[in-house]
Amino acid sequence: MHEACTLTITELKDLLDRKEISVPDIVASVYRRIDTVEDRVRAFVTLTREKAMETAQKAQDAIQSGALNSKQLTGIPLAIKDNMCTKGIPTTCASKILHTFVPPYESTATSRLAGEGYILIGKTNMDEFAMGSSTENSGLHVTKNPWDPERIPGGSSGGSAAAVAADECIAALGSDTGGSIRQPAALCGVVGMKPTYGRVSRYGLVAFASSLDQIGPITKNVRDSAVLMNIISGHDPCDSTSAPVPVPDFTAVLGKDIRGMKIGIPEEYFIDGMDREVEEAVREAVKQLESLGAVPVKVSLPHTGYAVATYYVLAMSEASSNLARYDGVKYGLRSEGKDLMEMYMNTRAEGFGAEVKRRIMLGTYALSSGYYDAYYRKAQQVRTRIKDDFGAVFRDVDAIVTPTTPTAAFRIGEKTSDPLQMYLSDIFTISVNLAGVPAISIPCGFTSDNLPVGLQFIGKHFDEESIIKLAFAYEQSTVWHRRKPSL
Amino acid sequence: MKYETIIGLEVHAQMLTATKIFCGCPTAFGAGPNTQTCPVCIGMPGVLPVLNRKALEFAIRTGLATHCRISPYSRFARKNYFYPDLPKGYQISQYELPICEDGHVKIIADGKSRRIGITRIHMEEDAGKNIHEGAGNYSFVDLNRAGVPLMEIVSEPDIRSPLEAVEYMKKLRAILRYLGVCDGNMEQGSLRCDANISLRPAGQKELGVKAEIKNINSFRFVEKALDYEIKRQIKVLDSGGRILQETRLWDSARGITESMRGKEEAHDYRYFPEPDLVPITVNQQWIEEIRSALPELPDVKRARFVSFYGLSEYDTDFLISEKPLADLFEETVKLGGQPKAVSNLITGDLLRLLNAENKSIEECPLKPKQLVGILNLIENKIISWTMAKTVLDEMYRTTAENIGIAKLELPALEITADAIVKEKGLVQISDTGEIEKAVDDVIAKNPKEAERFKSGEEKLIGFFVGQVMKLMKGKANPQMVNDLLRKKLSSQP
Ligand SMILES: [Zn+2]
Repeated sequence: MHEACTLTITELKDLLDRKEISVPDIVASVYRRIDTVEDRVRAFVTLTREKAMETAQKAQDAIQSGALNSKQLTGIPLAIKDNMCTKGIPTTCASKILHTFVPPYESTATSRLAGEGYILIGKTNMDEFAMGSSTENSGLHVTKNPWDPERIPGGSSGGSAAAVAADECIAALGSDTGGSIRQPAALCGVVGMKPTYGRVSRYGLVAFASSLDQIGPITKNVRDSAVLMNIISGHDPCDSTSAPVPVPDFTAVLGKDIRGMKIGIPEEYFIDGMDREVEEAVREAVKQLESLGAVPVKVSLPHTGYAVATYYVLAMSEASSNLARYDGVKYGLRSEGKDLMEMYMNTRAEGFGAEVKRRIMLGTYALSSGYYDAYYRKAQQVRTRIKDDFGAVFRDVDAIVTPTTPTAAFRIGEKTSDPLQMYLSDIFTISVNLAGVPAISIPCGFTSDNLPVGLQFIGKHFDEESIIKLAFAYEQSTVWHRRKPSL
Repeated sequence: MKYETIIGLEVHAQMLTATKIFCGCPTAFGAGPNTQTCPVCIGMPGVLPVLNRKALEFAIRTGLATHCRISPYSRFARKNYFYPDLPKGYQISQYELPICEDGHVKIIADGKSRRIGITRIHMEEDAGKNIHEGAGNYSFVDLNRAGVPLMEIVSEPDIRSPLEAVEYMKKLRAILRYLGVCDGNMEQGSLRCDANISLRPAGQKELGVKAEIKNINSFRFVEKALDYEIKRQIKVLDSGGRILQETRLWDSARGITESMRGKEEAHDYRYFPEPDLVPITVNQQWIEEIRSALPELPDVKRARFVSFYGLSEYDTDFLISEKPLADLFEETVKLGGQPKAVSNLITGDLLRLLNAENKSIEECPLKPKQLVGILNLIENKIISWTMAKTVLDEMYRTTAENIGIAKLELPALEITADAIVKEKGLVQISDTGEIEKAVDDVIAKNPKEAERFKSGEEKLIGFFVGQVMKLMKGKANPQMVNDLLRKKLSSQP
């Protein structure tokens, strides 16, 4: 038998149900793995070892006494991105300004996981306040890509993706504002899903850009993604933007035939400057889908070229407002100052990192009265066009297939001096957030440097089922998801 | 030069919802600092607002009562600024698309009826409070008020004098209280206003530069602050100066307005649509349900009182100023009171008693039935109006005491005017000699009636009592009059 930490949710549940493994064994296996590789990966900002072992023992006792009807996640160790509030456990957003913050409440997503008996392994590293594409903007430390510790794991959910890829947990939650789940999942060779905006409650997710943020699973395969989606999805009265729509059983579509399904291949997503090996892997994947019976259709999303600019105007505007509450008055860091204004300025100067400050300034500028129409309002208008593009294409196809990222994982420090270069790594994922539609990234190959390449499936609003079905069919016909990094 | 005054008011009314606008915390006044807070209203990371449906209903109710159009689609915006009492660094308010637009109210000022336009009514959350008293060089923040639902009612610049401004405020207050959406308590800050004021040479079309006076919290101060500001602006203009667009504060102790900040320091609030709340869509059926449940409003009630009860406009305005007052009046009339007499008793003596104890009409211990009892005694000439005051005082006092006792779960006594007059001996003349003299006089003047009484017409006793009371201007003890009359009438040959 493989080490428990290398298995999936489904595999572990099977072993547990057959009483071939105990919960403390699983948790111990995961922490042994962490002890072995974490100093090379650095995926976590907080480990909750004692609490996890205690919970594991309790779960095992309950199983043995027959008191526990096995729930979907009983005994499954998961990692949570450190921007989701966990009651009584530090939630830092990898920022100095929240370094001491311990929320007295629980996010809806994690409380739904808790309802199914999951075990929290730890909180994962991220770009500060989820702003970044490499996890180099963490205010705490840099996370490494398990496939090559010289390289970035992607971001902002880089800690979660790296932890899953390195078998430091069974699966994880991330958040995706412009690709922050799918891009690191692609760069770390795991499965990352951004649900439809409104599918998963944002209550307790520390906001970056409220109209774009969405929580989603990062897993070792598509089945686990569907399992976690079943649990975290659904209307939440605490989040009025969460949609009161029924949640299907996402695992029910696994293994269903994809013959005749139309997949749109947008010409705008195969651009100059994209990595040749990435493009080849994706084109090969499309052929593979075709061989499984899917029907590729050339489609056009004509406003794609405006997506990055539109995204950054809107995301920075919302961020500048969302981050105003970190002022040193109520919680977190407070720096001294001779008066109120100076206290505000010192606190924010010391508490926020460079990228966060850059975005706050740009967002403040875009919203200021003289520039609102030129930037914010204009960006909203373009956003509507981008949404309409998707609407038009989805009249003809069941899903859209694209690369997840233009390149494989780049080297640490390679793009930090050029924010604009960095922003382009989300070029294929951003439109999806602007449109609010769901998308999933799965491994579809490797470069000659043995770096994973991601394939993105984009679906219609609230039609995660189609992309899960396609992704699963593709995954089952390939071996990419079985490869593990050698750490 | 002669100037025309242009005034517009922004009235902030705290809504009477049980809970805050975006969370479940209570809104009650006067609790210990930060005891009525939760992660949502203190803006902790990651939490989200959820709109209180009751607040929305109250705003719609107010819009309908002021002839506004209710927007089928409205939304919230963020108003961004930094201040310690603003926990999120922004206030959630309505901006581009408010819930109500284009209404009006009617006022009467200086005998003239005028219509004041309402530009918009929007919902927003209140901020907390900074407390600067206390130990050391620190300020404290109390967030109990943070998230308390407010309505901002913005008028058109239709107001032409401080008096009109006060009448407008009073009318709004009455409407809000009739609707039950705001208690109108200006001392506690439930109702307050900002005034925009500018002057222009009579006949000129363009508006002059305006000054804004912030946070005025009484009718008297509205009038005084505007009076002061008009004189100040006239002085500046007449001496060739220019009015600065600025925010001014009313200093009630010194009776002046002073500059708070100039335009150069003016805030850029950076409004944008609140992404944490979905836009509000209101369906027509709900609006109609709210409309059909509206109470009779002051203007309609006023017309009805004048025409139906034949009251003077002066008395009517008094009675309709508060709905419970108008209700007490109508119920007392329904039990048999004469409208004019009821009006006099309530607006005169009852309000004097309430005012003396600083009590509102809602706290009045007396019931319509008790008031009718007094009025019956007056009408039957048992007591005079002068005596009625004493009876009312006694009835008010003992009833209030009795309510106090009833709280101790002792059986409540029914205190009637008759009982007070008869049993408490509340007569100003109890001199047997004086009463005997009057009784003798009346019997002497009415020999025929005396004969009829003696031959068994018992009910004539009422006639004799009335005559004696009339003679003694209602000041005699009715029990003594009664006893003496019976004695004298039966002892006569
Ligand atoms: Zn609250």
